Amino acid sequence: MSGSVVEIVRIRGEETEAIGRAAYEHPLVVRLCHWLNAISLFVLVGSGLQIFRAFPSFGAKIPQKDLLNWPKAFAIGGWLGGALQWHLTFMWIYIATGLVYLGYQIFSGNYRQVLFTHRDIPGVWPMVRHYFFFGPKPEVREAYNPLQKHAYTTAIGLGVLSVLTGLAIWKPVQLSWLAWLMGGFHWARLWHFLVMWAILAFVFGHLVMVILHGWNNFVSMLTGWKKDPEY
Amino acid sequence: MEPDITKPDEAEKAEGKSVERDGANREGPQEGNAAAQPVSPVNRPVRRDGTISDHRLSSVSRRELLKLSPLLLLGAFAIPSLQEPLLKKGLGFSDWASGRLFRRGHLAPTFADSEVTPFEKFPINDYDVDDPGVIFENWTLTVGGAVQRPGDYKLDQIKTLARFRQNTRHVCVEGWDVIGRFGGAKLSDFLSMIGADTSARFVTVACADDYYESLDMATALHPQTLLCYEMYDQPLTRKHGAPLRLNIPTKIGYKQAKYLTELKVTNVLEKVGYWEDQGYSEFYGL
Repeated sequence: MSGSVVEIVRIRGEETEAIGRAAYEHPLVVRLCHWLNAISLFVLVGSGLQIFRAFPSFGAKIPQKDLLNWPKAFAIGGWLGGALQWHLTFMWIYIATGLVYLGYQIFSGNYRQVLFTHRDIPGVWPMVRHYFFFGPKPEVREAYNPLQKHAYTTAIGLGVLSVLTGLAIWKPVQLSWLAWLMGGFHWARLWHFLVMWAILAFVFGHLVMVILHGWNNFVSMLTGWKKDPEY
Repeated sequence: MEPDITKPDEAEKAEGKSVERDGANREGPQEGNAAAQPVSPVNRPVRRDGTISDHRLSSVSRRELLKLSPLLLLGAFAIPSLQEPLLKKGLGFSDWASGRLFRRGHLAPTFADSEVTPFEKFPINDYDVDDPGVIFENWTLTVGGAVQRPGDYKLDQIKTLARFRQNTRHVCVEGWDVIGRFGGAKLSDFLSMIGADTSARFVTVACADDYYESLDMATALHPQTLLCYEMYDQPLTRKHGAPLRLNIPTKIGYKQAKYLTELKVTNVLEKVGYWEDQGYSEFYGL
C-alpha cells in the first residue's frame, strides 16, 4: 500500500548515509488523471459560468429574476455559443478522465488509498479536533487521514453527480429517466449549478491544504514520490 | 499499488546501463561485499534492502515528471489558430454522440394541462423582428427538393392532415424552459403528402424573417415533430410564428423555426441554420 516507505541514502564510496525517507504515493495514471481533471474542471467551470450568464436565473423566463450577474472576466468562451463549444468539448475529456480514473482505482485496488469506509469513522473526530480545535495531532499511518479520505471520496461522488446532472440538461429527452430522477430539466439545471459550487468548495479547501502541507506534498502529485512522508 | 516501486520498466532498463557503468567503477574495492549482497540496483528504483539512493530518486522523479508531458498537448487549445478547429471538432463529436443517442421511437415527456406554462408567459424569442408581416391571404409553403409533388401548399391543405396536440417542454439554449401546448400536423404526414424521399438526409426550412433551419431526417420523421399551426388550441399568433412553425420536442429551441415559407428535402446542406452557422451545435437534440 501507500505505506511503502523507503530510506533515501547517499552513497559515497563504500559509505551509505541515510538522509531521508520517501514513498511512492501516486501511480502515473492517478497523476495524469488528476491534472487532466484539474484542467478540464477549470474549463468547464469557466465556460459553465458563461453559459449561465445567458440566463442567470433558476425561475421563470417571464418574469425573469436574476440570481447573480456573473462577471464576464471570470468566464470562458466570450459568448454563449463559444462557451458551449468549450463545455461540450471538455466534458468529454472530463468524463473520459473520470472513467479511466475510476476504472484504474477499482481494478488496481488503489482505491483503498482514498475510499472513505466505516473503518475510517473512528478517526474522523480526532482529526476534526486537531484541525479545528487545536487538539493533538493523531498519528499518521497512511497517505490520507480519515478526513482527507472523506473529502476525496465526496469529491469523486460530486464529480459523478456533475456528469449525471450535466447529461440530464444536455439530453432531457433521450435520457428522460435521468432528468426525471432530478425533478425534470428545470431542476437538473439547478442541481448541476449547485454541484459545481460544492466542487469549487472542495477545490478551495484542497488548495488551502496543499499550501499548508508544503512543497513535498505538492511534488508528489507530479513525480509520484513524496519525500519525508509523515507516516 | 505496491508492485510499482520495485517493478522495472523499459525506461529504467535503458537508464540502468549507465548506472551499471557507475557501479562497475565502484565495484572494484568492494567485491566481497557485492557477493554477500547481490543487489543490482540497476533497474529498480528501490534496492532490495529497501533504500533508494538520492541520485536514483532524483532521476526517477525527473522521469516520472516527464511522463506527464503529454498533458502539454492540451496547450493546443490556447493557440489561437488551433483553438477554433479543435473546439469545432469537440462540438462535432458532441453532435455525433447526440445523433447516436437519438432514438426514433422514444417520445419526449408530455405534461398535464395543469403543468402548462400560461400562454402570456411563453417567451417570444426571435433573432430579428417579432412580426415579419406575413400577408396571410397570399401565404403558401413552397416545397422543393427531393419530393414527388413540389409546389406551393396552402395552410388549408396542411390542415387536412390529422391534427395532433401535445404539451411538451420547449428548452432554450440560453437555459430557460417552458411547457407549451402545441397543435398541428405531423411533419412525417406532410412529407408523405408531398412524396418526399425520406431516404434523403435533411429537411430544411426558410422563414419570412430570413431565418433558416435544418433537421436530420430521423428527427423530421419523429412522431412528435409537428408542422405547428396552433398554440394553446388557438391559431398561432404572429409573434409565435403565424401561420406555420416547427414544434420539435426532441430538439433545442432554436430549431423550432417560425413564419415558415419554404421547405426542402435534400441530401446536401449549403448552410445549416441561422445560429448553427455562427457556431452553435448543428444537431442539438435534447
